[in-house]
Amino acid sequence: MSNQKPIADNLFTWPSDQPKLLGSRDTETGRYFFPAKRSNTHEQIELSTKGKLWTWTVQRFMPKTPYIGTDNPEDFEPYPVGYIELPGQIMVESRLVDVRAEDLKIGMEMELSIEPFVKNENGEELMIFSFKPSQDS
Amino acid sequence: MSDVAIIGIGIHPFGRTEGMSGLQQGVHAAREALSDAEMEWKDVQFAFGGSSAAGNADAMVNDLGLTGIPFMNVSNGCATGGSSLLSAYTTIKSGQFDIGMAVGFDKHPRGAFNADPEASGLEKWYGETGLMLTTQFFGMKIQRYMHDYGITSDSLAIVAEKAFNNASLNPNAWRRDPVSKDTILNATMVSDPLTKYMFCSPAEGAVALIMCRADIAHKYTSKPLFLKGAAFRSRPLGSFEVFSPSLEIERGPSPTVGASEATFEMAGMNREDIDLAQLQDTESGAEIMHMAENGFCKDGDQEKLLHDGHTMINGKLPVNTDGGCIANGEPVGASGLRQVFENCVQLRGAAGKRQVQGNPKTAYTHVYGAPGISACTIITT
Repeated sequence: MSNQKPIADNLFTWPSDQPKLLGSRDTETGRYFFPAKRSNTHEQIELSTKGKLWTWTVQRFMPKTPYIGTDNPEDFEPYPVGYIELPGQIMVESRLVDVRAEDLKIGMEMELSIEPFVKNENGEELMIFSFKPSQDS
Repeated sequence: MSDVAIIGIGIHPFGRTEGMSGLQQGVHAAREALSDAEMEWKDVQFAFGGSSAAGNADAMVNDLGLTGIPFMNVSNGCATGGSSLLSAYTTIKSGQFDIGMAVGFDKHPRGAFNADPEASGLEKWYGETGLMLTTQFFGMKIQRYMHDYGITSDSLAIVAEKAFNNASLNPNAWRRDPVSKDTILNATMVSDPLTKYMFCSPAEGAVALIMCRADIAHKYTSKPLFLKGAAFRSRPLGSFEVFSPSLEIERGPSPTVGASEATFEMAGMNREDIDLAQLQDTESGAEIMHMAENGFCKDGDQEKLLHDGHTMINGKLPVNTDGGCIANGEPVGASGLRQVFENCVQLRGAAGKRQVQGNPKTAYTHVYGAPGISACTIITT
């Protein structure tokens, strides 16, 4: 695991057997935030790992910078993205994995999955959060 | 306090103009507007203007003349043009000056905008992982809307087909070849459910407007138009906006709803009073949702309205009569002013083959953009 690291700090718990997204809750208003806000009125919260797909699309062309997935159009694979509604908390925008575009349906059950993304210049594998169809459903 | 009139309008055709900077296109539009108002640059007492990617508007004075007037640069994302217009309106309304110019221009590189997360207050990973694309937002917003309100892909195609048909009658438009509904539906998917013909592209172009106190407008034109309402709003809690790593579960209204309400209230008018409208159509789903967000129909009614031709030039409420963003492209600084330009042309009865029949008297504009801002206007004869 030593050659894997999250793409950014304070995004999800890692390394972990049961990684969770890190959000925050405003103790005055009760509102949830992701990514977590640093403020003395916010408490850090581990967000729910399961939720429902609220909407989705597919990124079918290779994004320009600052995208670091690839800069070679021949290596680019379209990827689905969506918002996952984490009940009682917040909707999180995420890449979607282990699912074909034609099988995506609003309302389907999804769960968090931490996935390798690209290697950085030090050979470390950068890990990102994503959601995949729930194994239970 | 005096009302505010629009007495001169100028445009540089939208699209791609090799060898001409965005600023030069702005100067072209400004000269056209001055000529339209039968006025000289020295008569203009102040100006507001801006671009998003083509430099500072005040550099125009090198070409227009060093008259020493206050020329304020405006930078407000997709509402840059709308903000210039609103600022010029307020300046005249306040009595500070009598005659001014609002100008917007732009020149963007080809392809989708590339966004800088940190400039939007976001973390780098958001762009690096491929989530920070305006196209994804548009796909996801209309995807949910279609699910909630029974809008079909066929309606998305009707909007795009109308845009190209209207543009084919507009010499200043960029994409002037009609495209059939089948071609639109079967074209390359960009961000589901939107195909490439349903999206506008960044482009080039410029628009300038000369405005003055209404009580002196007849000195310059026999057909002054009056800016009866203009309002700008940023996003309220719960709206679904571009570049949002997360959203509130409890959904709220978009900034468009607030800007539209404020504009109608200011004008003392109702939706039924509007004869034609230019609604932000960054892609065809946006035009559909904006029909409802601006209060011109209920959510879901668009499906029938579009199939009945309600928003065509000969329909009950013609929408985007000049081809909109879909056929004109979106030079960000100029786009909102293009809508006002088209309404002025229509209200003067000078729109040629795309003229809305029945002597339209009131026209509405609505611009929307990143990061959740909206500006609307109502112009009357």
